[in-house]
Amino acid sequence: LSVLPETPKEDGRPKWDNKFQYILSCIGFAVGLGNVWRFPYLCQIHGGGAFLIPYFIALLFEGIPLLHLELALGQCLRKGSIGAWNTISPYLGGVGVGSWMVSVLVSLYYNTVLAWVMWYFINSFQEPLPWSVCPLNENRTGLNEECYKSTAVNYFWYRKTLNITADVTESGTLQWWLVLCLATCWAIVYLCTIRGIETTGKAIYVTALFPYLVLTIFLIHGLSLPGATDGLAYLFTPNMNTLKNPRVWLDAATQIFFSLSLAFGGLIAFSSYNPPKNDCEKDAVTVAIVNSMTSLYASIPVFSVLGFKATTGYWDCLDRNIISIINEFDLAEESIMRQNYTAWVSFLNSSYPEKIAGLKLKSCDLQEFLDQGVSGTGLAFIIFTQAIILMPGSQAWAILFFIMLFSLGLSSMFGNIEGVFTPLLELRIVSKSIPKELLSGIICLICFLIALCFTLGSGSYWIDIFDSYASSLPLLVIAFFEVIGVAYVYKIKRFSKDVKWMTGRKPNLYWQISWRFISPLLLLIVFVAFVTLQIQKPPSYAAWNPKYEGFPTKEEKVYPPWVLAICVLLAVLPCVFVPLVALFHLIKRTRRGKDPSFAQPEVFSCQGTSS
Amino acid sequence: MLRVLLLTLSVVAIAHAELCKPDAQNAFKVRLSIKTALGDNAYAWDANEEYLFKAMVAFAMRRYSSKNTTQISNVLLCNVTDRVSFWFVVTDSSKNVTTVPGSEVEAAIRMNRNRINSAFLLSDKTLQFLKITSTLSPPVEPSTPVWLIVFGVVLCLTVAGIVFLVVTGIQQRKKKNKESTERENLEEKGEVTVTVENGIPCETLDLKAGHINGVFAADDERFTSL
Repeated sequence: LSVLPETPKEDGRPKWDNKFQYILSCIGFAVGLGNVWRFPYLCQIHGGGAFLIPYFIALLFEGIPLLHLELALGQCLRKGSIGAWNTISPYLGGVGVGSWMVSVLVSLYYNTVLAWVMWYFINSFQEPLPWSVCPLNENRTGLNEECYKSTAVNYFWYRKTLNITADVTESGTLQWWLVLCLATCWAIVYLCTIRGIETTGKAIYVTALFPYLVLTIFLIHGLSLPGATDGLAYLFTPNMNTLKNPRVWLDAATQIFFSLSLAFGGLIAFSSYNPPKNDCEKDAVTVAIVNSMTSLYASIPVFSVLGFKATTGYWDCLDRNIISIINEFDLAEESIMRQNYTAWVSFLNSSYPEKIAGLKLKSCDLQEFLDQGVSGTGLAFIIFTQAIILMPGSQAWAILFFIMLFSLGLSSMFGNIEGVFTPLLELRIVSKSIPKELLSGIICLICFLIALCFTLGSGSYWIDIFDSYASSLPLLVIAFFEVIGVAYVYKIKRFSKDVKWMTGRKPNLYWQISWRFISPLLLLIVFVAFVTLQIQKPPSYAAWNPKYEGFPTKEEKVYPPWVLAICVLLAVLPCVFVPLVALFHLIKRTRRGKDPSFAQPEVFSCQGTSS
Repeated sequence: MLRVLLLTLSVVAIAHAELCKPDAQNAFKVRLSIKTALGDNAYAWDANEEYLFKAMVAFAMRRYSSKNTTQISNVLLCNVTDRVSFWFVVTDSSKNVTTVPGSEVEAAIRMNRNRINSAFLLSDKTLQFLKITSTLSPPVEPSTPVWLIVFGVVLCLTVAGIVFLVVTGIQQRKKKNKESTERENLEEKGEVTVTVENGIPCETLDLKAGHINGVFAADDERFTSL
């Protein structure tokens, strides 16, 4: 008889087909829309290349330690977030529930953003692109007024896509085209997560790798556009003075934290499907570095295109002025070119100042065009779409761009859904006989029905609220308790032994110090700074109101009290589970403490699963 | 005789100068942007082009009023600049030294705008009649919006994928259930299972009643412990 190799204990838990799938899933979860539309903006407003310094410091002392912690936790305990934290200590079970709650809230609104991307994608097949021309008004005498006053791109986004209302309290009606797109998005998410990691593991090959291909194509094309070098120089020129502003350090810390998708429970779920003896330290460092490199890599095409757009805007401004001058003075065409524009204007101003003043020429400044920094949906749906119209072959570029955004968002959705799905599978609430397909179907259906609220006229205001309150503060709180829980409740010595058993080497001094002191301290500082900044001014939002006098600038409005109550509820609800569950178990224990016959539960250890 | 001729010519010239000047009554300013429209294929604006313009305006007037009285000489151009822009009026040959009302000229130009544009290889934007607005063309709308078609394709593919995965899942589960019930049936009947070693089914080996080979047993101590 041959000697059989040591087989790991079969616990019927699904596993990754290969290590590459797992790494790709983690990378796909971490790399999301924020890498494309938040990081370049932060780089731009915080002094370009200088921003990289606080960013990498935050990565080193906050991002990588926390990531390693989560991956090691999931791999050792082999359970989703709720089960894992219950195993570490019943008092910390609330941390898992909080993670789960945040994953649910984020899944709700994140897919609506993908529905917007899908809407733009399916509209990109039209020639000419629908956001390039203004429609005519009702009696066909001119262009639609709202479109004429703002721009065609703005009109398509605010009116034709969102059909936005002027106030968060006016709900408007369900926009049927968005409902259709949302249904399709949830169908696609269901298709990919139907059997948990069995199906997402296959889908991730496409959704995680495709964006890199498109980014490379955009990089090559973007660098060939006129004005690209201006944009890049503007982005990367370091301005060291910004480092004196504490806001920059706060933004760097929060960007790293949210970019790595920590504290969602999704990473714990992913690593729980790993074989126990897997080098999670290397994985954590790999995922974190790939995520940051992707942010940097993505900012190059983004800024090339933004530089191109600024240059084109600047040239358009110059050309309009030149036309008015040659029309007024009846000079020959092409007598004034962009190069000698300033010389001509000064000459004409000295000879005919009243005429020049009468023309009301706009001052054209390239810096001013470059300074128009936008992040988030504005960058993708307004600025970038405007730049795409100016490129030859705009349909192809639009299609590529929106598929890329969709893949980026979809791979992040997998992590969110996995963070919701895995704990539910393990809780004994769900019977074992229910097939996985049915459970994931039910989750997707419920999320779709709730997310219909975001397809109302005021939907995008609500998504901003969810984004600012549900997915910012609770994550900081949960991550803080995660680190404290592992470092001081589970004890770092025990955790280091577990990690050594899994990876084969003891975590070195860097990890020890980060987990024990630096990361909790950093998280605490970031949390306090974040809350201080939030409560300094009353929360307001910018509404798109065509009847506003200052239109097309947005109208600053304050949230009414009931909306503020919802904001506070969103921020507090996931966090409140941490003390609630601890209190519940404390009460249970004090009641049990009166009964001496109860035996202490055995101490959990990683190695115990496979001996 | 000569003097009379010279006198009439100068009177006519002065009258024309009176009729055609910037901001005169019933006069229109025209602006051409030839280099913008045609780039390298731009032609120069010279007397021949002016002649063509006069001819086109006369043609427009004839077509509009359908009385064949407007001659090329009725169209007067003046103040031609380098831009290329100039003013023109249309005189009425029946009534002496008067101009055709601006509304008539405007209507005539508007009716034949397309023909005039194509004669000069220009468009509404590059051949501008400054007081005459052009009617906007309605946007081209396809019968079914394109996005609906693309949406239909995406949705069909997704639903097909879901149905396929669900059906294969159900089939797999049925097969697994059938296999497990088969195995249970086999075990109940006490038949041999499939495990085989060296062609001998394991179950037939009664390990407890087997013989221990002394040679191998004795050599156990010789092996180094792992």
